[in-house]
Amino acid sequence: MVLRLRLPYADPFLLPLGGLLAALGITMIYRIDPELAFRQGLWVVVGVAVFSALVLFLRDYRALDEVKYILGVSAIVLLVLPAFPYIGLTVNGATLWVDLGPLTFQPGELAKVLVVVFLAGYLRDNREMLSYGAAGQGRLPSPKHLGPLLLIWGGAMLVLFQTRDLGGALLYFAIFLVMLYTATARWSFVAAGLGLFLAGAYALYHVIPHVQDRVESWLDPWADPEGQSYQLVQSLYAVSSGGVFGTGLGDGVLLSPEGNPYIPYLETDFIFSAIAQELGLAGAAGVILLYLIFAYRGFRISMLASDGFSKLLAAGLTAAVSIQAFIIIGGVVGLIPLTGITLPFVSYGGSSIVANFIVLALLLMVSDRVNRGERA
Amino acid sequence: MNPQIRRLFLVFSFLFVALIATATYWLWRAPDLEARQGNPTLIVRELEIRRGLILAADGRTRLAANRRRELEDGRVWYLRRYPPGPLTAHAVGYSTIGRSRTGLELSMNDYLTASNANLSTVIDTTLDKLRGIPRVGNNVVTTLDLAAQRAAARGLAGKCGAAVALEPETGRVLALVSAPSFDPNLVERDYASIEAITAPCRPAAPLLDRATAGRFVPGSTFKIVTAAAAIDTGTFTPESRFDDPGYCTLFGQRVFNYSDQGTPSGFGNVSLADAVENSINSVFCNIGKELGAGVILDYAKRFGFYERPPIELPSEEVLISGLYRNGRLYDPENDSQVDPGRLAFGQERLVVTPLQMALVAAGVANAGVVMEPKLVERIVSPDGDVIQRYEPEEWSTAVSPATAADLTAMMVRAVESGTGVAAQIPGISVAGKTGTAETGVSGRNNTWFIAFAPANNPEVAVAVALSDQAGTGGATAAPIARAIIDAALGRNA
Repeated sequence: MVLRLRLPYADPFLLPLGGLLAALGITMIYRIDPELAFRQGLWVVVGVAVFSALVLFLRDYRALDEVKYILGVSAIVLLVLPAFPYIGLTVNGATLWVDLGPLTFQPGELAKVLVVVFLAGYLRDNREMLSYGAAGQGRLPSPKHLGPLLLIWGGAMLVLFQTRDLGGALLYFAIFLVMLYTATARWSFVAAGLGLFLAGAYALYHVIPHVQDRVESWLDPWADPEGQSYQLVQSLYAVSSGGVFGTGLGDGVLLSPEGNPYIPYLETDFIFSAIAQELGLAGAAGVILLYLIFAYRGFRISMLASDGFSKLLAAGLTAAVSIQAFIIIGGVVGLIPLTGITLPFVSYGGSSIVANFIVLALLLMVSDRVNRGERA
Repeated sequence: MNPQIRRLFLVFSFLFVALIATATYWLWRAPDLEARQGNPTLIVRELEIRRGLILAADGRTRLAANRRRELEDGRVWYLRRYPPGPLTAHAVGYSTIGRSRTGLELSMNDYLTASNANLSTVIDTTLDKLRGIPRVGNNVVTTLDLAAQRAAARGLAGKCGAAVALEPETGRVLALVSAPSFDPNLVERDYASIEAITAPCRPAAPLLDRATAGRFVPGSTFKIVTAAAAIDTGTFTPESRFDDPGYCTLFGQRVFNYSDQGTPSGFGNVSLADAVENSINSVFCNIGKELGAGVILDYAKRFGFYERPPIELPSEEVLISGLYRNGRLYDPENDSQVDPGRLAFGQERLVVTPLQMALVAAGVANAGVVMEPKLVERIVSPDGDVIQRYEPEEWSTAVSPATAADLTAMMVRAVESGTGVAAQIPGISVAGKTGTAETGVSGRNNTWFIAFAPANNPEVAVAVALSDQAGTGGATAAPIARAIIDAALGRNA
C-alpha cells in the first residue's frame, strides 16, 4: 500500500521476492520451532514497518549522500559495539551481538547497509581520481583519495577479525571489491584485492586455529565427522537426503526426539540445509533462483539509474544480498569453507530481517526515481 | 559503469549456478552418504526396530535396553537407554540419532537390528513384517563381569587411565574400563555436559576408550617382552649374571636407572631374575644392545604388536601398538634405526594400549599362547535361540611353555619382594610387573601394572595404565590391579 502510493514506479518484482523468501523462512522456522517462528513473524512486521517508514519519510534517498561520512563512521561504531564489555554478547566464539536488556541485536547487519551507502557516495565523488590516478592511467591514486577509503575499509576488516566474524569479514571484503570495481572498472584493483585477500587468508590460517579448523573440515569433512566438521557433515546429510522433491515439509529428519535440531544453528545459518532436505533439490534450486532474480532486478535498477550515487548504491546493495546468500549457501553445501552468516530474508534473526528490509526500501526508492525519470 | 555491472551479474549468475551444481552433486552422492554411520536419516529408519539388548556375562544384567516412545503420528520409536550409565560406557558404546554410534552398538549393529543374513533371523523378520509387528533385534551377551568392571571403575575414579582384565585361557574380556568415563544416556540429550567433564589430564577426552585406543608409553612393563626375547632365543637364562653400575652407556651417554630405585651406585652383580624383580634399567639396556632391536620387536609382534587386536569393537576404536613416528605406526627396516637399549626398557617411542599389555600378561599366563580377545560371548535371538557362539581362538604363540614358566617365576618374585608388593593378595600367588614411564615432564608419568593370578593356574590377567601420575607404577597402578583380580577371582570362588 505504502509502496503503491509513494513509489508507483518502483520495480514490481523486488518486494514480492523479499516477501516470498521471508515467508519461506517463517514456514521453515515454524517447522523447527513454532515459538521462534512467531517471533520471526513479529520481526518481519517490524521490518515492514521500518521499510514503510523509510519509504514515507525519506523523501529523497540522495540525502544520504550528504551524510555519508557520518554513516561510514557510525558503521564502524556499530561494528565495534559488541566488543564492549557489559553490552557485548559472545555466541559460538564470535562476539557479534549487543545485549540491551530484553533485546539482543547484531549491529553488523545494519552496519552493512551503512557501509554500502558510504561507499556509494564516496566512490561517486572520487571515482575519476581513483580510476586514473593523479597523473595518467596506471598510476596509483594519491593517498588523499585512497586514504578515507582504506581507513573505513581497514577499520571494518580489523573489527571483524577482532570479533572473529569470518563470514562478515568475507562479505564486507567482497562488497568493497565489487563496488570499487563497479566505480573504477580497474581490474588491477580487483587483482590487488584478491591478492590481499589470499595473503590475509593465508596469514589468518596460520594465526587463528579456528580458521584452520574451518578450512580443514571443508577440504575433508569426513576426517572428523563427530568433531570439528560435525555441522558441515550433518548439513551435507540433510542436503543429500532430500532427493529431487524433498521429504516434504515436516517429514525431514531435522530434530532429535527431544526436539533439538541435529544441526546446531539450524534456524539461522543452516536454514538452507533444512530447506534442501524437506523441499528437495527443486526447492533448494528455487531459493537460489529467487536470489538470482533478485540480483537481476537489482542490477537492472543500477544500470538504468542515471546518477553515479544511485548506480553504486543499487549495485552495492544488490551485491551485498547476493554475496551473503552465496557465502552461506556455499558454506552449507561445502562449496566454500563454512562461515556463519545469515541467509538474507530467510534465516531467523531480527537484525538480519530488519536490515534486509531497509536494503529493499532503498533499492525500491532508487528504482522508483529511475522509472519516474524515464516516464517524465 | 554499466559494463561493469553487467559483468558482475554474469559472475553472480555463474556463482549461483555453481551452488545448484554443488547441491546436485550431493544428491548424486546420496547413496554414499546414506551408508555412513552417523547419518540421522538412516538411523531414524532403524529406530522403528526394537533393538536387541546388550547383556553382561551373566546373561541377565542389561547394559543397553530400550525406551519405547510413541510419536504423535502413531509410529513407535525405540530409543536406547543404558542402565549401568558410565560403568560400561566405552565397551557398550552408544547408539544415538544425532551423534552416531560407537562401541558394540556400532560393531554389533547388524545383529542388534536383526539385519544379519542368518537364516532363522531372516525368517523371523519376514514373518514379523507380514504380521505387522515391529522388528526385534537379536541380543548380544558380552563377556563383561560387572564385579571386575566395578572394581576397575572404582580404582580409576578421579584418574586418567584404563584397565583391562582378560581370562588368559579363552581371551574373554572380563573388564574394560576407561577413565574419565561419561554417561551414555546423556550423549543425545545433553552433549554439552559430556564436553564439560574434567579430569586430571588434558584433554579429558571422556569419549576416548583409553583401554583400547589410549596412547601410553609401556615403560618397564615392556621388560617382560624383552625378557621373553632374551630367554626364548636362548641368549640368556633367568640366572645370567650382569653388573649394574647404576647406569647404561648408550651412544656414549649414561642412562641412569629409575631414580627411586635406591642406590646411585647400582645393584652390583645381579641375575636377570633380580633385574626383573627390581626393574633394573641398565641390565635390560645391555640385554637390548646384545639382542638388537629387531629381535625384541619380533617378540613384541609375537605378542600382538603391529596388529590390531581382533576384539569385536569398531576398528577405529582399537589402536595398534608398536613404535610410532610422527603419530604413525613405524616398523623399522633395520636395527640401526632404533635404539635397542631404550627399547628394551620400554621407552624409545613405543606406544601401547592397556589391551595390548593385558594380552602380554595373558600370553605369559597361558603358557606362551596369546588368545584372541573376545568381548562377545554369544548372540541370542529374541526367542532365546543361540544364533552364534564365539569360541576361544588362538591368536599367536609368543614363547615356549618353558620360557613362559621362567617369566612367571620372575613376575611372582616382583610381587613377592620387588617393585610390585602392593599387588599381593593373601593366599593367592600373584605374578606382576610394574612400569613407570617418564614422559619428560615431572608429574606426568605413565604408570603401569600388568599381572595375572593365581600364578600356577591363571584365571585372570590384567593391565592397568594411568597417565599424568607423580608416583610409580607400584604405588599407583598395582593396588587397582589387585582390586580387579580380587573381584574377578571372587566370581570364580
